[in-house]
Amino acid sequence: MKLKEIIERCNLRVFTPEVNFEDIDITGGYTSDLLSDVMAACEAGSIWVTIQRHLNIVAVAKLKEIPAILITRGLVPEKSTIEKAQAEGVVLLGTGLNSFEATGKIYCLLKGIKGA
Amino acid sequence: MMIQDTVSETNKFRFVYLIKPRDFSNAGDASANVKAELQKHGIEPDVIRRVSIICFEAEMNIVLYTKGGKLIVEVDDQKVDILALDKGPGIEDIELVMTPGYSTAPEWALEYGFGAGMGLPNIKNNSDVFEIESEVGKGTIVHSIVYRRKNEIKGNN
Repeated sequence: MKLKEIIERCNLRVFTPEVNFEDIDITGGYTSDLLSDVMAACEAGSIWVTIQRHLNIVAVAKLKEIPAILITRGLVPEKSTIEKAQAEGVVLLGTGLNSFEATGKIYCLLKGIKGA
Repeated sequence: MMIQDTVSETNKFRFVYLIKPRDFSNAGDASANVKAELQKHGIEPDVIRRVSIICFEAEMNIVLYTKGGKLIVEVDDQKVDILALDKGPGIEDIELVMTPGYSTAPEWALEYGFGAGMGLPNIKNNSDVFEIESEVGKGTIVHSIVYRRKNEIKGNN
């Protein structure tokens, strides 16, 4: 599914307007706040759902080929995180939903389950 | 992070990075550079994936827990060899730190999503050869090898 569609359907906030997400495909998702857990288990091409918002999440995303990070609970990434994400071409997104709700919604979209 | 020297021979190259303690603004840059260099040299994607995880965990360990150190990555036709060296404080009980879930991370690091107790296990799980040696007061050496699959090596029959 196109990231653009997820952003629209879930009404996500985009923190990195300079990163072009028109052609990004999302093939799965992973929800975790532990960086080593993401390093171990998140598949490339996933959207990563987390409450972490410091600089090092961009490094993890870049290494794991995670095109987009969704920061939940209305939390806002640090300025340095946004700058690094823009520079590295990682899409930073935000939502007022918590990680459980956001994950459920995106899961339903990706799996084509109605009611999301 | 800084590249100390890059030695290039025909089929062998080496990268050395100095890793500063508590330098979070640059943490991950050495691993990112390793990944970019391996991609540039056409190394197998699965090897790059594993080396990226190993380097990131080793780099973060040096940043989080040590007085600084080095990450040395050597690549040849057969393997990627990763050496992480630090200047201490060293590990008292290696078996304990290798236990998944065990962590000595301080509170602030936990809030940042570090200290899951998965770093060294992640390195081990992605390595074909894994060795760790440590001396309290001196430092720790983590040595890891990822073999490149023979049938994927260019020009190898």
